[in-house]
Amino acid sequence: MDTISKEDIRKPENIVYKRTELLTDKVMSYCPGCGHGTAHRIIMEVLEEMGIQDKTIGIAPVGCSVLAYEFMNIDMQQAAHGRAPALATAVKRLNPDKFVFTYQGDGDLAAIGTAETIHACNRGENIVIIFINNGIYGMTGGQMAPTTLEGMKSSTSPYGRDIKSMGNPIKMTELVAQLPGTIYVTRQAVHTPANVRKAKKAVRKAFENQKLNKGLSFVEIVSNCNSGWKMTPNQANQWMVDNMFPFYPLGDIKVNED
Amino acid sequence: MSMKELRLMKGNEAFAEAAIRAGADGYFGYPITPQSEVMEYLMAEKPHERTGMIVLQAESEVAAINMVYGGASCGKRVMTSSSSPGMSLKQEGISYIAGAELPCVILNAVRGGPGLGTIQPSQSDYFQSTKGGGHGDYRLIVLAPSSVQEMADFAPLAFDLAFKYRNPVLILSDGAIGQMMEKVELQEQRPRFTEEEIRKNTPWATMGKTPDRERNIITSLNLDSHVQEEHNIHLQAKYREIEKNETRWETIQCDDAEYILVAYGTSARLSQKAVDIARAKGIKLGLLRPITLFPFPTQPIAELANRVKGILSVEMSAGQMVEDVRLAVGDKVKVAHFGRMGGIIPSPPEIVEALESKLIGG
Repeated sequence: MDTISKEDIRKPENIVYKRTELLTDKVMSYCPGCGHGTAHRIIMEVLEEMGIQDKTIGIAPVGCSVLAYEFMNIDMQQAAHGRAPALATAVKRLNPDKFVFTYQGDGDLAAIGTAETIHACNRGENIVIIFINNGIYGMTGGQMAPTTLEGMKSSTSPYGRDIKSMGNPIKMTELVAQLPGTIYVTRQAVHTPANVRKAKKAVRKAFENQKLNKGLSFVEIVSNCNSGWKMTPNQANQWMVDNMFPFYPLGDIKVNED
Repeated sequence: MSMKELRLMKGNEAFAEAAIRAGADGYFGYPITPQSEVMEYLMAEKPHERTGMIVLQAESEVAAINMVYGGASCGKRVMTSSSSPGMSLKQEGISYIAGAELPCVILNAVRGGPGLGTIQPSQSDYFQSTKGGGHGDYRLIVLAPSSVQEMADFAPLAFDLAFKYRNPVLILSDGAIGQMMEKVELQEQRPRFTEEEIRKNTPWATMGKTPDRERNIITSLNLDSHVQEEHNIHLQAKYREIEKNETRWETIQCDDAEYILVAYGTSARLSQKAVDIARAKGIKLGLLRPITLFPFPTQPIAELANRVKGILSVEMSAGQMVEDVRLAVGDKVKVAHFGRMGGIIPSPPEIVEALESKLIGG
């Protein structure tokens, strides 16, 4: 059997995988082990594979991914906390031929931006909402989020979330699935290669829906926050599997093929 | 065929119609008295069929101003309108828009406050409008119409100024200007921007990153304080430039005046009548009407202060603009304030009485 030289391997026809050109060279500000980087990558890969990067406008939130525009090599807008769906609504309505997505965390989408989220979904805006749910406010240092689980410790629930005094964790994804404006609602994760592939397929489906003017696609990605949860990356992923997934089960919640 | 047209319209309707004709791309609003006619008119008019303009009723004032942020980030001519309590809600978004240097047009039909206050006309949002309003060091260009004609004329002017300076422009009106009917001459239809024009004239706009340029980012975030300070210095230089180029005012019977009223909007209309009443009584009274509140006509007021005996600032507030009048005048002559609050419109004889008691007799 002939040996393959390094030069051969590097020939374009032999490349089986490379980093998408839609990610910049900027070193990501995310903690090692965080799911944000993987989520960024699959979205950018989908845009590149669909060849729609020059027609796509992304909306970054306030939260850990506030600087998403530093890493995504496309036109981006940075929204005020929770307001990304409002920006996206106008961008899409004014530019129906463009592709528009928001990228939002749980504090942004499920607390301060609840109204914007619900109403963009209810109007059935033809956009994609990517919702990263790690059950904590990562950027501000690990405070309790609307999606923090019962008993889960955070800097503002140091003895664990007490439902009676602090309220229930909110299942935004199930909630927006009730609205007639949403066409595709799914919950995914990116902690294993198999899950990354599934999540990428979901993101692809979401953008294909937008291409077909179908309405709003909502992709939740349950993710970890090892620094906020005070765990190693592996521990955090295991904790996510053991605790987050039972409350936030993975899979499609609504698939409207009409 | 002349495209200019005379119509009898409410101020709010004239503003809405003029915005369509100004080539607006999008309106995003939330109902609140006394400006709901703006969105009602637009919805009834179906501008999408006329020009392609989008009209959307948002879920809140907060959402509406953030829709404006999103649309403005694409280099589109976008606008919103509200009234005082709604304007308070919009301040977050306006601060972001000012920080990100986006062009847009905002109408505030001021009503008396604080709180839910009254729906009657007021001028008690002067501080909020001219000194920033939201968080951070920024200014809006503030236009103060005093007629239905100006409600119409200021729509294209506001868009042009907004794009010239990449700055939000606020039209400060009230329920009287917005709901009274007057004859108005409407300008001919201007085309909306094409995508080619947007890419050429507003190269910062997020319309999709084409291979021939770097990606565009619309943000007001600068984590490095040195970069943020540079941005602040740039913004301040822009505001100084606006002060230099865009200060607008009108003087009425000021040439021989011994006393001057300073008043804008509804107060200016009443003050003009007060000038006539005073002159009939032998008082040589004139009126300076600021048309822009930021930039404020400091220089013309300072010059008038050199040759009059006293200046009365007439406002439907507890006395907000009077602070800027005093800054302009210094201690050259006495400056007094007269105003009514809570949605009460002062009568012209009341203004003359105030002039006599506070300045001539006092």
